[in-house]
Amino acid sequence: MIEFSNYDILRNLLFATQWTILLSLAAFIGGTTVALTLTALRLTRNPTIQRIVKVYVELFQGTPLLMQMFLCFFGLSMLGYEISAWGAAILSLTFFTSAFLVEIWRGCIDTLPKGQWEASRCLGLSFLQTLRFIILPQAIRVATAPTVGFSVQVIKGTALASVIGFVELTKVGTMLNNATFEPFKIFTLVALIYFVLCYPLSLYSKHLEKKFNVSR
Amino acid sequence: MLYFSDLLQYSDVFLSGLKTTVELTVLTTILGVALGTVCATVRQYGNRASQRVVSVYVELIRNTPFIVQLFFIFFGLPALGMMLSPWQASMIALTINLGAYSAEIIRAGLASISKGQMEAAKVLGLNFRQTLTRVIFIPAFEKIYPALTSQCIIVMLGSAVISQISVQDLTYAANLVQSRNFRAFESYFVTALMYLGLSILLRFAFNALGKRLFAYRTAN
Repeated sequence: MIEFSNYDILRNLLFATQWTILLSLAAFIGGTTVALTLTALRLTRNPTIQRIVKVYVELFQGTPLLMQMFLCFFGLSMLGYEISAWGAAILSLTFFTSAFLVEIWRGCIDTLPKGQWEASRCLGLSFLQTLRFIILPQAIRVATAPTVGFSVQVIKGTALASVIGFVELTKVGTMLNNATFEPFKIFTLVALIYFVLCYPLSLYSKHLEKKFNVSR
Repeated sequence: MLYFSDLLQYSDVFLSGLKTTVELTVLTTILGVALGTVCATVRQYGNRASQRVVSVYVELIRNTPFIVQLFFIFFGLPALGMMLSPWQASMIALTINLGAYSAEIIRAGLASISKGQMEAAKVLGLNFRQTLTRVIFIPAFEKIYPALTSQCIIVMLGSAVISQISVQDLTYAANLVQSRNFRAFESYFVTALMYLGLSILLRFAFNALGKRLFAYRTAN
């Protein structure tokens, strides 16, 4: 039996926090990339594509993230595709993140008045030019606050990767708990570390929201 | 190859899991929204100290993962002498979680009601409780009803995690079945579809309820 001092516990938890941060970053980058592509596809106003994007959003917003992880990890390997816990976690978190971001960004683009598109058309701008010079600069300003706010959900979502055996903060917490039998101390520390990661982002999102509302 | 028919013999396992998930969802939705309403009211109209207490609660819950909250309640609290069954622990965790999120949402609704409503009610001789229940709450809830109901659905989906402390919910059923017949993909796929159906059904139910709750709009 190994003895764990408080220092050992904290050191192990902080080491595992790196993996939580790394997984969050990977999921956020993956999710943003997919969401950008889907948002661009949605803007083409092709009804078939719009329906597909809608089903995609509905599918991943309407099912538990945990179930998506199980499907990616256990389901895919049963179908013959070998996938690591790390890969399954990134894959499912990318689906999850992109489904929510597409929906958030749709709202942001829809708040811009339709006249903006029509005016650009009259000025002879092409679709891509309108997007690049008229729509995006305005939409990004609206979208920043909710996107930063959603990144908190991504960090919290990574905690579920512990269930499929990916060793990050929550997993190390349960492992330490099994070794030390001090659940109160350990889960308080784990919760505090998550709080330290998430709270600044929440505050920043709130700050951005205020800033935007004032300038409007 | 996929063999969905292998799941048929376990249909009662899935159904009993579904029943647990639905029961917990209904119960925690009611309790969570009630807790959220109380917290939002305190945060909007309470004194400075109680406002701060509610803020700390809301921010702590909103910035930590649900699974950690659940583990803290289920494994952490017994260390302090509070023994909880898995079912009790998950009910408390879900209620506390929804309470914090809905408090934030409902507070936004309360803040959107113009101050004149409060003053007019006072002039008409309504006391504080009457003002809240008869003047403020209905229009405030109407404003944030879509956000509140989607949060309830998010909490329902999040409840999949309680299978980790061996509550026999829908996800637990999926795990059980796939450990018996090794049809992991089929089992999780069907379960995911059941959750999807449940969230669509919930949205319909909330919409119908909303039409009744805010019927005064069409009545006059």
